[in-house]
Amino acid sequence: MGTWELTFAAILKILFVLLVVVGAFAPVLVWAERRQSAMIQDRLGPRRANIPLPRGLVDLMAWSLRPLQMGLVAGFALAGACIALLAVMGLFGLESVAGQSAESLYWGVLAFAGLGVLSALGYKVHRGIVDNGGNLRLLGMLHPAADAMKMIWKEDFIPPRADRFLFALAPILTVVPAIASFAVIPFAADLHWDHLTDLVHHGIAWEAVDGAPTLSGEAWERWVATAAAQGVAVTGPSIPMQIASLNIGILFIFAVGGTGVIGAAIGGYGSDNKYSLLGGLRAASQMVSYEVVLGLTVVPCFMIYDSLRLEEIAAWQFEHGWWGIGIPPLTLAAVLFSFAAVAETKRIPFDVPEGESELVGGYLTEYSGMKFGMFFTGEFVEVVLLAALATVLFFGGWDVPFLYEYGFDLPGSWELSVPLTHWTIGDVFLIEHWAVIAIQVVFFLLKVIVIVWLQLMIRWTLPRFRYDQIMALCWKGLLPLSLLNILATGILVLLWN
Amino acid sequence: MLSVYLPVFLLLAVAALVAILMFTLTSVLGPKKPTPEKLLPYESGSNTTGASHLRLSVKFYLTAILFVVFDIEAVFLYPWGSMFRELGWFGFVEMLGFLTILAVTLVYAWKKGALEWET
Repeated sequence: MGTWELTFAAILKILFVLLVVVGAFAPVLVWAERRQSAMIQDRLGPRRANIPLPRGLVDLMAWSLRPLQMGLVAGFALAGACIALLAVMGLFGLESVAGQSAESLYWGVLAFAGLGVLSALGYKVHRGIVDNGGNLRLLGMLHPAADAMKMIWKEDFIPPRADRFLFALAPILTVVPAIASFAVIPFAADLHWDHLTDLVHHGIAWEAVDGAPTLSGEAWERWVATAAAQGVAVTGPSIPMQIASLNIGILFIFAVGGTGVIGAAIGGYGSDNKYSLLGGLRAASQMVSYEVVLGLTVVPCFMIYDSLRLEEIAAWQFEHGWWGIGIPPLTLAAVLFSFAAVAETKRIPFDVPEGESELVGGYLTEYSGMKFGMFFTGEFVEVVLLAALATVLFFGGWDVPFLYEYGFDLPGSWELSVPLTHWTIGDVFLIEHWAVIAIQVVFFLLKVIVIVWLQLMIRWTLPRFRYDQIMALCWKGLLPLSLLNILATGILVLLWN
Repeated sequence: MLSVYLPVFLLLAVAALVAILMFTLTSVLGPKKPTPEKLLPYESGSNTTGASHLRLSVKFYLTAILFVVFDIEAVFLYPWGSMFRELGWFGFVEMLGFLTILAVTLVYAWKKGALEWET
């Protein structure tokens, strides 16, 4: 594969990461956080941003409510009828019933249930808009967009005695490293470009339809042996599902992400405000302290996975079928990592650099408009980054339980009595290569969402710590513990060998 | 070798573009109506006294020094960690010596009160 194709693939991956992280995760995170705080305090929260729709469209929606209701009922009733017919076939051992074969009935269930679900969704959306006076609200998901618009048009205030260069550089230095650190995060296994619609297993690819026998009950091993004989070795380019595959791997994240400290520090220093200066210093001091812990807690991972490359770390967990969190030394490492990650992103309960009861807004005091918004974008992107890193290191990265290169394979060897489609053999559900990769990407993002949500729960559960408590926790608690964890991991690994 | 880093530079460029776009938009579109009160350093309504560059606690400098010591240690542990199985017991004992020296450093700093923030 030439340089141009690689560059093109890289651009696509960069756009995907930007779209998901900056375009979706960061705004939704802002929304979820505000919505959650509103729920706790029994306020309305971020759900007032409305987009008024044209009158005619709203009338059409109001008219469509009745047909949608009918579609809902009819869809589920027909799907139920198909299931009943299937049950009759199963009970009496019939080849077909009412002129319908099993296969067409399966498709009927899918199609009618789909109709029912879509009608229900449509009804809910239309009902919401009609009840809201013809305004599109989308749960308030438009609120982050409205916020960004507002911030752009707010006064861009620069303190007269501020260091103009440092004051301008600080928000940029917060956003850029946070986004750039995503370069080495792997979000799926390698994509074999020439075998998108084939089945791939252990470096062998075969055509999906021809290779998969329609028989049920045939032993899987025997089938794989036959297929392997028919298949060809995987050829052509394999595209890593990661922006850049660097040999320094995780070190890149700490090197680039670590520069985020400078943003907070010079922002506070350049603002010509005592609160800003103190906030910046607190931020710098806290972030460098927890960076040490963050760096040390992941060392046991390298000792066990034997690599610094994040794609190899994810692949190790995929091959062993065992996530890092299930290996005893890494369980402790994951706990320490989660503490350090929350502290590194300066969020509650570690948010003393911007604690409004002591320091007004900390290093953000003199910032306004989108420059203020940039600090927040950087913070939220960093939250997503550390969640993605935790996913790769401790939660199997893109590994999906029971999903192998060729499809889902449940443990044991029980077999389905009726073949669902010609895609199933026994308990194995074959999936084309491109779909396997897509499932991995989706599952990786789901894991990241769960971890980010846990962080939100922490944020709205714990009160703010004192500064001396934060520093003592780092230097007297987490640091010695992570050093001991490295030694313990060393002894365990060497004894196992 | 350099081509491996090409996507990284691309991502850096795109990230810088996003940041500069946000930055420029707000400074071009945002209004600017300075008033004498607005231009004062914001201290919750009271007038500011003295220079804004305070004398700072020495704790911050000590933390910075400790950071340099221990972060270099962490980076030194990375190649060792990824080569751990090949180095075996020999590498483990060698690193144990290095870690002992650093543990002594930490204990020394602890006893000297460099980690105390209460006062």
